[in-house]
Parts: sequence; structure tokens; C-alpha cells
Amino acid sequence: MQRIASQEGMRAAEERLRGLLLLGLSGDQRAYRAFLEVLSAHLRAFFRRRLTHLPDEVEDLVQESLLAIHNQRHTYESDQPLTAWVHAIAKYKLVDLIRRRASVERLTEPLDEHDVFSSADAEASEARRDIGKLLEQLPDRQRLPIVCVKLRGLSVLETARMTGMSVSAVKVGVHRGLKALAAKIRKDE
Amino acid sequence: MNTDDLVTMLARGPGAESTNNPEYRFFAAIGWGALGATLLMAMLLGVRHDLADAVSRTMFWVKLGYVVSLAAAVLFALSRLSRPGARVAGAALGVAAPILLIWSIAAIELAAAEPAQVSTLVFGKTWASCPVLIATLAVPSFVAMTWATKGFAPTRLRLAGGAVGLAAGAIAAAVYSLHCAEMSAPFLGLWYLAGLLIPGALGVLAGPLLLRW
Repeated sequence: MQRIASQEGMRAAEERLRGLLLLGLSGDQRAYRAFLEVLSAHLRAFFRRRLTHLPDEVEDLVQESLLAIHNQRHTYESDQPLTAWVHAIAKYKLVDLIRRRASVERLTEPLDEHDVFSSADAEASEARRDIGKLLEQLPDRQRLPIVCVKLRGLSVLETARMTGMSVSAVKVGVHRGLKALAAKIRKDE
Repeated sequence: MNTDDLVTMLARGPGAESTNNPEYRFFAAIGWGALGATLLMAMLLGVRHDLADAVSRTMFWVKLGYVVSLAAAVLFALSRLSRPGARVAGAALGVAAPILLIWSIAAIELAAAEPAQVSTLVFGKTWASCPVLIATLAVPSFVAMTWATKGFAPTRLRLAGGAVGLAAGAIAAAVYSLHCAEMSAPFLGLWYLAGLLIPGALGVLAGPLLLRW
């Protein structure tokens, strides 16, 4: 695990991630992928530092937060510090988890430091919850668009032709399906 | 599914860019909430008889300005609270401003009043029913505002819930001001505010339940 101690390091991470996200939001898939990849390493380190008593939860929480960040990307305002936005979501998901676990143990690190980009951890551990299995429980109108477009990489048009759905139904299916997936993760606990 | 696969899945395909802005939800909620409150008022209360007369009086417009600016300020704060990590301090000042202003006017009215008039200025004729009626008219707005806020990602659920309630109360108060004949600033500063605080308190209580995501 590599911890960037300096303020400059965090500022550099903020600049880089923000650049990637803005590119991603304007349609650049590779930049968006890179954004999610770098972000997941930061989230992993952030959660690992704070969940020393629940290490098995870290990877699940990374995945839940990634899905949340993707689903809520429209709430990011481009003139706002990305650190503040990501930190608010990561903290919200962490507090939510701790409440669900009814854990009264003290966190080992304070939660209010905006240091979500201060360190990165690329070493993923095994997730315990399988998002793939939850995906199978979605209704066809959401599952099929996600499987075709997001997993197999077909275009929206091809997916529409294959499933007999309309183009807009495919788009809506992906969008609502990912939201439904996030809701399933919460109920799965 | 491991995290790498999840990242691949989220990034693939069109969609990262195709995010519609759900800001429209707030405007839709204002519309439906105000419509609901107007219908409720028409069924339960009716419009004040002297409305045509009242519009020529300054205090009528002070009253409307007070509730409308409160509604605008609370809605702005709610839209801030709906976005993770957005600053809210400035928005909170905006909410305080119309309240402080009406209290200042109230202080002047009370200072100028004869001792015998003070109780009329403060309690009017309808102090007991006014907060309850505003809270009742706020029900449709409360539902609509909760729906609007759920299109975003509030992370401070009690605050956001409170803002949902205050916004609903302020919209209801704006509609109610067309029925209510009370025109004194102390009355507005006390009982209208109480009408906002009822749904506001309910929002604080119910926020974590209603707005979780």
C-alpha cells in the first residue's frame, strides 16, 4: 500500500481524477474506465484504513461505492472539488455499512479528514457478495440490456434487435437496472 | 464478479455521458405540490373574500414576498443538500434572511403599537389553526419533494429531510396566504414559521428512512 503523504500528492490525484471523470462524462470510455480504476484503488485504501476490524467488508464496500458513484455521476458539478464529492459518497456508504453492522467499535481513523485521495491500494481482495449473482435476479427488461451492452459489449442497436426491445427501452433498462442493482446490494445485507 | 470486472462493466457501452439532469424534478415537485395545496385549500377553506381588496395593500405583498422568498431559499438549500459534498453554509444564510427580516418588521410594529393591541398583532384571530392548516396543505408538496430529492444523492439525510419538510411547508404557506386574512408581521414571524416547522420536524425524523440510497 502506498500512501501519498504530501498535500501536492493529493492535489495531483484530484487534478488527474477530475480530468479523467470530465473526459468520461463527455463520452470518452477509456478515460472513464481509467477514472474508475484509479478511484477503486483510492477507495480501497480509504476503507481499509477505517475498517481494520471488518477487513472482509472492504472489497464489497469498494464495489458498492463504485456502483453508487457511477449511478450518481450526474450529481457531480464540474466546478466542485472532486475530493469533496467522492469523500461525501464514500463516507455515506461507510457510515451506512457500520450502522447496518450495528458496530459500536470506534473507527481507527477519523472519518472527517478529506484524505480519500491520500493513498491508493491496487490489491483487491475477494469480494464476498457476488454482484453477478444479484444481476441474475433482475427482471429481463433490465438484465438483458445490462448483459448485452455492459458485459458482452454489444451496441445499443444490436441489443435492441436481438432482444426485440426498442432502443430507448434498452437505454432505460441499463440505467434502471444499475439502480436496481444498487438497491439489491443494500437489501442483500 | 471481482472489482476489475465491475469497473469494466460500468465503463463499457454508451451511457457515461448520457446522464439527464434531474434538476427538472424540483420544478415538477413545486408545480405538483402547489397544485395539490391549491386543491386542498379550495376543498377545505376557500380563498379569502377580500382578496381583490387585499392586493392593494402593501402588507399583502410583504406577506407573499416573505413566504415565496422562504420557499426559494429552502429549495436552494435542498438542491445543495441533494448533491454529495456541496457547500450548504451560504444556503443556510439565505433561509435565515427572510425570517430575520420579518422579525425586524415585527419588532417595529410591536414597538409602535399600543399595549392593548399587542396581543391582536401577535395572535390575530387564527393563531391556533394557522400552523395546522399550513402543515395539512404541505402534504402533497412533502410527497413531491421527497420524490424529487430521491433523484439525487443526499448524504446528510436528517438535514435533507428537514429541508424537504421546510420546502413543502413554504410552498403550502404561499398558497395558504391567499386564504388567510392575517396581516401582521409578528403573526407571520411566529405562526407561519410554526407551520413550516411542523413538516420540517417530520422531515428531520423521517429523512433517514425516506431518503436512503
